[in-house]
Amino acid sequence: MALLQPKTLKPMSTSEAIAYAVKQANVDVIAAYPITPQTIIVERLSEYVNNGELDAEYVAVESEHSAMSACVAASLTGARVFTSTASQGLALMHEVLYLASGLRCPIVMAIANRALSAPINIHCDHSDVMGSRDAGWIHIFAENGQQAYDRIFQAFRLAEDEDILLPVGVNIDGFFLSHAVEGIATMSDSEAAMFLPPRKAKYYLDSSMPMTFGAFALPDWYFEIKHQVAEVMERVPKKLAEVEELYYKMTGRIYGHVGAYRTEDAEVCLICAGSAAITAKSAVANLRSKGIKAGLLSIRLFRPFPVDSIIPHVKDAKALIVMDRAMSPGAPSAPIAQDMKAALYDSGLNIPVANFVYGLGGRDISVVDFENIVMKVMEDLKAGRPIGRGVRYWGLRK
Amino acid sequence: MLVGEVKSLKEIYGSDLIAPGHRACAGCGALVAVRQILMASRRPLIVVSATSCLEVTSTPYPQTMWKVPWVHLLFENAATAASGIEAALKVLSKKYGRQEHYIIAFGGDGGTFDIGIQALSGALERGHRFLYVCYDNEAYMNTGIQRSGATPLGAATTTSPVGAKIVGKTQQKKDLMEIVVAHRVPYAATASPSHWKDLMNKVRKAQSYDGPTFIHVIAPCTRGWYFDPSDTIKMARLAVETRYWPLYEVENGRYRITHPVPNPKPLEEFLKVQKRLNHLLLPENAEILERLKAYVNKRWERLERLSACFA
Repeated sequence: MALLQPKTLKPMSTSEAIAYAVKQANVDVIAAYPITPQTIIVERLSEYVNNGELDAEYVAVESEHSAMSACVAASLTGARVFTSTASQGLALMHEVLYLASGLRCPIVMAIANRALSAPINIHCDHSDVMGSRDAGWIHIFAENGQQAYDRIFQAFRLAEDEDILLPVGVNIDGFFLSHAVEGIATMSDSEAAMFLPPRKAKYYLDSSMPMTFGAFALPDWYFEIKHQVAEVMERVPKKLAEVEELYYKMTGRIYGHVGAYRTEDAEVCLICAGSAAITAKSAVANLRSKGIKAGLLSIRLFRPFPVDSIIPHVKDAKALIVMDRAMSPGAPSAPIAQDMKAALYDSGLNIPVANFVYGLGGRDISVVDFENIVMKVMEDLKAGRPIGRGVRYWGLRK
Repeated sequence: MLVGEVKSLKEIYGSDLIAPGHRACAGCGALVAVRQILMASRRPLIVVSATSCLEVTSTPYPQTMWKVPWVHLLFENAATAASGIEAALKVLSKKYGRQEHYIIAFGGDGGTFDIGIQALSGALERGHRFLYVCYDNEAYMNTGIQRSGATPLGAATTTSPVGAKIVGKTQQKKDLMEIVVAHRVPYAATASPSHWKDLMNKVRKAQSYDGPTFIHVIAPCTRGWYFDPSDTIKMARLAVETRYWPLYEVENGRYRITHPVPNPKPLEEFLKVQKRLNHLLLPENAEILERLKAYVNKRWERLERLSACFA
């Protein structure tokens, strides 16, 4: 992989990097409603449109429900469509999310993950995306601004593929990523256009071939139509790998469905999603220097849950620590741990899973926290204490 | 070209845009109105429907009655869907030479007066070029005749029944036209399928404007109003002739009654032929009847005064 020269990097916040990618993706329609912490994305896009740098229609709708509604309609008209939201906005979109997948609209949406009311809180956690994880959207988590920038192009390419035609959510941690500035390697406009030519929709609203979209289906058809979304999800991992391979050839950057760090001989493997993966990586490096065999697996593709990509990295571990930035009150595990446990069970693996919920409402988690979590689980293991039942809450005041 | 004024049936013959065999009830006022509106419409055309009787009776998958491109998203977002289509066509025609289309969005009274009013208001404020049609049968007929913001005072529905203590709906109908007009849209009008020429010319006038326009059409419902399916147009006409449903338009803020009713029939004529309202004729409900009559008269007088202002 070619090393990036600092002079080729542009300092940008992740939000700005996403907006820049959306501009280079030459989108046709953006419909959005402002909500913290995603606002910078749509502010920049408004500037691009109003300055004539992006030839698109910016529809400043009156709610997130309408943002997604306008996106679905524009997408069915054949346009390349983008929006962005967070938290309550995603919750308000909830019923429209199912239309985007059920009507097979290749919309790309950036989600600046944020906590849900009540109490009201504008800071990061993953409660928003977990609340809509069953809506039939492909979901990708970015760990930093560079990944977010790159994933926008990959998301459009994946979503608009005739074999897929599903909406994609690109998740970035609110504030931790949305407002963090880093050096971003960007493609030239011509490279971007080469990777992502204009959308060519096969079926769309036009009088030259009148079609009915959004018909109602009774019990004789509904099940089959919904099942198609699940079928497509099965094709996504392979298709994303192909898209990433193409992107790699142009940029030298590739991420995969999961990010693995020193998992090959890890006794205890941390599993998390989003920006915390970067923090956890430092913790693993520190633990390794102390002779502790820790590893990290970052969930980058969350829906579909990439079981086949995950299992080879964790199958030899003695214990797994799944870190969830969202709750599922009353459930036996928090969301990612639920998926992990199901994946292990299906693979015939009986590896104990310690499930920690952390960082709700933007509460910080540090390198030392991750080190302490690993140490605590290892102590429990050594003492023969069970680690794998229920949910533990890290950083919660007593 | 479908642009001039409609003068005779001959002009619109053969321009039907809905196929026979839809599943609406016999005598459905909404389907008659929709058929007339589509016949009058300029082409090419994209149609949007909110969740409603119109949507479920016209598109039982894998069948459709629509000969035009058609889309349904949800109950409350027909106006937003129209916004999205208009925005997409605007940019796609500029960038890639796509053909521009006229857009008509249909919503029932529930999807327009109530759950969809935010989306409608947003779309009107943003100024998208499309015609929004509210077909008004004055209740949530698709769900089983529950009261809506469009249900008139005293009307019996399944959620405003005639009880021993409370008789029908206790509130007056929301004045949707005034809400729309307050958005300063270039054109808004009421219509009735009984006055088809008036309706069709309002459609054409609406579509001549480069902005959001609105038509509020009465759609008698045989199931919810309880009348014989052969009487749909009679019901619509009675509504006009009793001044219950004034036919007027507001063009760039100028009010005009398009069908004056100098000698109105008594409101009772309209009420007595429908089970949802005929209990208002009982002596014990006289007070409710008076309030309903006052509402109808006051609105008519106001419309006359406004029309006179702009004459």
